[in-house]
Amino acid sequence: MLEGIGILSLTIWVPIVAGLLVLFTGSDDRNADGQRTLALIGAVLGFLVAIPLWTGFDATTSAMQFEELMPWIPAFNIWYHLGVDGISMPFILLNSFTTVLVVIAGWRVIQTKVAQYMAAFLIQSGLINGVFAGLDGILFYVFFEAMLIPLYLIIGMWGGPNRVYAAIKFFLYTLLGSLLMLVAMIYLFFVSGGSFEILEWQRVGLTMTAQMFLFVAFFFAFAVKVPMWPVHTWLPDAHVEAPTGGSVVLAAITLKVGAYGFLRFTLPIVPDATHQLTWLIVTFSLIAVVYIGLVALVQSDMKKLIAYSSIAHMGFVTLGFMLFNALGIEGGLVQMISHGFVSAALFLCIGVMYDRVHSRQISDYGGVANTMPKFAALFMLFAMANSGLPGTSGFVGEFMVILGAVKVNFWWAAAAALTLIFGAAYTLWMYKRVIFGKVANDHVAELQDIDGREFLMLALLAVAVLAMGLYPLPVTDVMHTSVNSLLAHVAQSKLIP
Amino acid sequence: MTPPSSDFVTALPEIGLLTVACVVLLVEAYSQSRMVAYLLTLTGLLLTSALVVVSGAGVPMLAFNGLYIDDPMGEVLKLLTCLSAIAAVIYSRQFLDDRKMLSGDYLGLLLFAVLGMLVMISASHFLSLYLGLELLSLSLYAMVAMERDSARATEAAMKYFVLGALASGLLLYGMSLIYGLTGSLELSKIAESLHYGVKSEVVLVFGLVFIVAGLGFKLGAAPFHMWAPDVYHGAPAAVTLFIGTAPKLAAFAFAMRLLVDGLQPAHGDWQQMLAVMAVASLAIGNIAAIAQTNIKRMLAYSTISHMGFLLLGMMTGSLAGYSAAMFYSVSYVLMSLGGFGMVTYLSRVGVEAENLDDFKGLNARHPWLAAIMAMVMMSMAGLPPFVGFYAKLSVLQALIGAGWISLAVVAVLFSLIGAFYYLRVVRIMYFDAPAVEDTTPTHASDAAMLLSANGLAILVLGILPQSLMTLCALSVQMSLR
Repeated sequence: MLEGIGILSLTIWVPIVAGLLVLFTGSDDRNADGQRTLALIGAVLGFLVAIPLWTGFDATTSAMQFEELMPWIPAFNIWYHLGVDGISMPFILLNSFTTVLVVIAGWRVIQTKVAQYMAAFLIQSGLINGVFAGLDGILFYVFFEAMLIPLYLIIGMWGGPNRVYAAIKFFLYTLLGSLLMLVAMIYLFFVSGGSFEILEWQRVGLTMTAQMFLFVAFFFAFAVKVPMWPVHTWLPDAHVEAPTGGSVVLAAITLKVGAYGFLRFTLPIVPDATHQLTWLIVTFSLIAVVYIGLVALVQSDMKKLIAYSSIAHMGFVTLGFMLFNALGIEGGLVQMISHGFVSAALFLCIGVMYDRVHSRQISDYGGVANTMPKFAALFMLFAMANSGLPGTSGFVGEFMVILGAVKVNFWWAAAAALTLIFGAAYTLWMYKRVIFGKVANDHVAELQDIDGREFLMLALLAVAVLAMGLYPLPVTDVMHTSVNSLLAHVAQSKLIP
Repeated sequence: MTPPSSDFVTALPEIGLLTVACVVLLVEAYSQSRMVAYLLTLTGLLLTSALVVVSGAGVPMLAFNGLYIDDPMGEVLKLLTCLSAIAAVIYSRQFLDDRKMLSGDYLGLLLFAVLGMLVMISASHFLSLYLGLELLSLSLYAMVAMERDSARATEAAMKYFVLGALASGLLLYGMSLIYGLTGSLELSKIAESLHYGVKSEVVLVFGLVFIVAGLGFKLGAAPFHMWAPDVYHGAPAAVTLFIGTAPKLAAFAFAMRLLVDGLQPAHGDWQQMLAVMAVASLAIGNIAAIAQTNIKRMLAYSTISHMGFLLLGMMTGSLAGYSAAMFYSVSYVLMSLGGFGMVTYLSRVGVEAENLDDFKGLNARHPWLAAIMAMVMMSMAGLPPFVGFYAKLSVLQALIGAGWISLAVVAVLFSLIGAFYYLRVVRIMYFDAPAVEDTTPTHASDAAMLLSANGLAILVLGILPQSLMTLCALSVQMSLR
């Protein structure tokens, strides 16, 4: 192995360097096959270097692991400080895994500017790993914001007809949140006596007023990313216009960054303000679960439907975090990972159909099972997982959160449990209209079933969904110690007069 | 009294540059080849940079009876001024050549403008400050009007001249008031005298208002910004490139000399004026830029907003604030060189690539140029990992450190608005289909290589900003008394 370069650095820089290499092969699409292969090698390599994080992880400690510490900008006391705990580590793996899928998904579909497409995803993957691994506030911020750039380009360059609007909306929405967070971070720098260390910020005492302002700043940054109702409106637009790969990354990973921010920043840095404003987040989360679930029901565009379903599922995650018990937070985390698999799979499924029919409208389909039986079977599994069927990963997280919620407030739990009904309703109804019934039109009649490439990516996800649904213990084990230490930290007031 | 010979050694860079400027003017009369004047100009600027480095003393040194000061901040700024002038000359060679403007006249004026900047940077006296400023301004007026047949350029030059003369008048009036109050024209003596208190607070504030207004004009900060969009738009791209870059460094030095070296004891008074100007610049610059379809005009408004950020750093009145403002101006010049350089580079014979539509689909035609321009735009928007982010970060940090949190929030909200129009350029280059008419740049490989280096510098300094930050912080620290 390379001496002196840590695993976390590798997970960040291997995809970025691979992306740059792909970029430098030129913009000539005649070399596309070589570029695709190079990108796949880069993505797989990126995943392989991340595996030691899992195998070498010590689940018995809540301390940061695989730490790397180097001075970066000593003038401002900014450090290149990386490290993961049980909360962040799974997401690096999830992200590296998703990148492989995305490269495979774009293999045939993307025929123009292939090198730029693949490079954008690889670079983005590295940046996102940086977000999860960064322990210095500014380092985190740099990754947090830089990851917007590739996604902006992905949506804008390879997206649908309304892509420009969607790309700019996506960018400005998320930028608004992060800029306020930057001000908050600089404020924390002075309060903590000149440190940008996130862990240091978690220790520093703050007045209630300061906590409230910081809470608002962080809330803007992360609520927009999650996205929580009522700042969710960029997500359906972005999803609908983004190419399949963009939707997958958006749903599977970038939304998680927001939720991760709650656990890394909001809860531990401003615990007292969070306790005070729990009602606010819970209200937003429940509105997301119930109201957005109903909104999803009436969508006629499949991608939009899954986008709204994502918002509803993420509402579950934020609800879980606000319960302040281990079941809730772990449930939220499991839900995040599960949603990463399931939403990625659903977007890939829609992509598979879109590539053949070039429509996302539910009404343009019907009876797909007749022409694409293998596909219909896999799609079925993911639809079930999305509606939270026991035995799939979707069930585990939701069940844990509901259990956790009952302990705190029965009515919260009851409202949250509605998602099981709504989720099943919109997902399965969509599935029924698209897959079952008579062959609707000539397009559907001409459909070819999935080929080996498509089968491979969906099968990988199917295995993940089932594995997590049947035996979630390894995942929760990894998180357990870190979540408990987080809870112990949050339980203590750090209020100063 | 004849000044001691060491005075001339201290001012060696200026003397060298003056000589070269005169030679360039003379050579024009004897040589037919335009390349001679061009190469001579570059050599002269390189020579001056070398002289700046060689003659650097490391400690502040006064010369010519307090007219002239040589300090580390001045040296760094002079070096960067020369380098950015070199880049501007290289970027604009093809452009000027196509338009028959690459002559000793033009280059001579440019060298005199650089000389004016160097004098401004090294001035420690109202007279030398004003002298440098006028030398710069008069050269620039003439450069704007250089394209004789263009009505637009002439109009721009006229506006620039009239408003510039007005601003100089304001500045002189302010200086005379301060002189009346303190009895000195030398900045350090003024500071000393203000330190012991003044007879009339009213006269001081009046003087300050006029000085700050004159300064605001030279910086292009709102509400004294009106000339900027017209001049940037009307002037030939090569001239806009020059006006929009190096003089900003000189303007920063000008502000430092006047406000910090001379009027620091009146900090409480000018702080408020700068705060108002900064917020107005951020608002007007960012909002008006959205409506522009001409990229030169858009960048002019963007300049106004950047000057707002620079003023925010200055107004804190702290060492951190001054270093942040210096770092900001240096990064701004680097980005602006890239932006205007690209506009100049993409211009062809008879056509200036100055409308946003000229950048349509640039990625499809020239991916590398599009990537550079995208980096410039994102850096200007203040996105990491580009140098513009750290510039904004350091200013915000100085602001919050001085307790101006609300101003910091205002500043970031306007940056969000700013991000919209910078991203629009990226959108036009990447998302839109190329226009039917292809604007293929004429091959000037030296300019292309320098542009690449410029773009990469924005990225590399964005990943490793430490060296430049420290350089700015140290030089400011060593120069403050």
